[in-house]
Amino acid sequence: MVEFQRVNKWYGSLHVLREISLRIEQGEVVVVCGPSGSGKSTLIRCVNGLEPIQSGEIVVGGKRLSDPSLDMTALRAEIGFVFQQFNLYPHLSVMENIVLAPLKVKKAPRPEAEKIARRLLERVGIPDKASAYPANLSGGQQQRVAIARALAMQPKIMLFDEPTSALDPEMISEVLEVMTDLAKDGMTMVVVTHEMGFARRVAHRVLFMDEGQIVEEGDPQRFFDSPASPRTKQFLSKILSH
Amino acid sequence: MNYQFDWSVLWTGQSGQWLLQGLVTTLEISALAWLLAGALGVLSGALRTAPWAPLRAVAAFYVEFFRNVPLLVWMFFWYFGVPPLLPKPFQDWLYDHGAEFWAGTLALGVYHGARFSEVIRSGIQAIPKTQFEAALSTGLTTMQAYRFVIIPVALRLIIPPVTSESLNLLKNSSLALTISVAELTFQTRQIETYTAKAFEALTAGTVIYLLLCLAIAGVMARVERRCAIPGMIARAAPAEH
Repeated sequence: MVEFQRVNKWYGSLHVLREISLRIEQGEVVVVCGPSGSGKSTLIRCVNGLEPIQSGEIVVGGKRLSDPSLDMTALRAEIGFVFQQFNLYPHLSVMENIVLAPLKVKKAPRPEAEKIARRLLERVGIPDKASAYPANLSGGQQQRVAIARALAMQPKIMLFDEPTSALDPEMISEVLEVMTDLAKDGMTMVVVTHEMGFARRVAHRVLFMDEGQIVEEGDPQRFFDSPASPRTKQFLSKILSH
Repeated sequence: MNYQFDWSVLWTGQSGQWLLQGLVTTLEISALAWLLAGALGVLSGALRTAPWAPLRAVAAFYVEFFRNVPLLVWMFFWYFGVPPLLPKPFQDWLYDHGAEFWAGTLALGVYHGARFSEVIRSGIQAIPKTQFEAALSTGLTTMQAYRFVIIPVALRLIIPPVTSESLNLLKNSSLALTISVAELTFQTRQIETYTAKAFEALTAGTVIYLLLCLAIAGVMARVERRCAIPGMIARAAPAEH
């Protein structure tokens, strides 16, 4: 579904991704963790071309991102992206936030787009908020709308960039619940998060990144119970100790 | 002081008619120039934030060229400078169809368009980059992201400075009298010439400009309230809940 082939990326002289090679299969749920500045957000932002890479190749759904004839817009429509800061459109109601892309990109008829939007709002647990504006919602509700907005394009893969990091503790679980349901439905997901409970319960595979490299990867049980790298052990002891 | 006030000069003879004609011309030239300035401002303001350097350069050139020459010079330029360069039949047609009015409209429009452009650019740049990324991530093209997300939000953010700029445009339309557009200031001068009552004539002009600008400011305040983005700060009215 997604493949990184010896990907390198620099911000100026800062080498943020170093020789990353990675394969993510259809239906797989991959959690990426690591200290801040390790390149984990950059990694998933490269998948939908929000960040260009300087060498190597990324293949998404069989399409090479370096291909000059690639229709990036069409590819992005198949990749859902959920941001740490929600990024809902503040001037549009929840309903309009969700139907904008289906109406303008897929040219879906409005009644159909709204029907799908209502079903998605039901699915993320806020069916009564269609006419609310983002500013009237709690952080957890905004993030669930953001997930619904991404799902409205019926993506083949969902990318989450620290989706709960900006949330109050009591709202984290409501967002994680939605994501867990999504994983159970077989969605291919790449999740950058520090929610290790979620990783343990839901992920098929956990990646640990540090200084632009994938230091360690494995299934959650092995990853948490017997990490091989001392760097991973040190990181896990820090975030699991409280 | 032995000045004899005579306010009746404002409603005897042709004064009332002149003032009315002047007011209509001021409104016409301002409205047309405002539309031109708005279109140029939104286009060039958006292009200055575009992800392609050549487009940014074209827009920057427009802004710096047109806002850094005095408006009066632009009036003369479009009225005296440009028409002689045009083909003779077109020139004749123009002089028969209010060349001074169109030159004035163009001068006001391109000058204030450059100033609008900066206001719009600042509105766009106040929007977090991640809003744009969110729009792109759902599959919208760059054009669509600007059209449906970035520009609508930016326009709402910049209503107060746009109001100020719009009032400036209206007041600056008085400079068109220098290329003999018979707008409001031109007509008050005419009353003064015919009646030798400068104070009365200019007072009439002053009051009309003032009322006009206050009315526009009032309308814009309503627009600002109606278009306010829910949850944005700095609102006089309390939030709904």
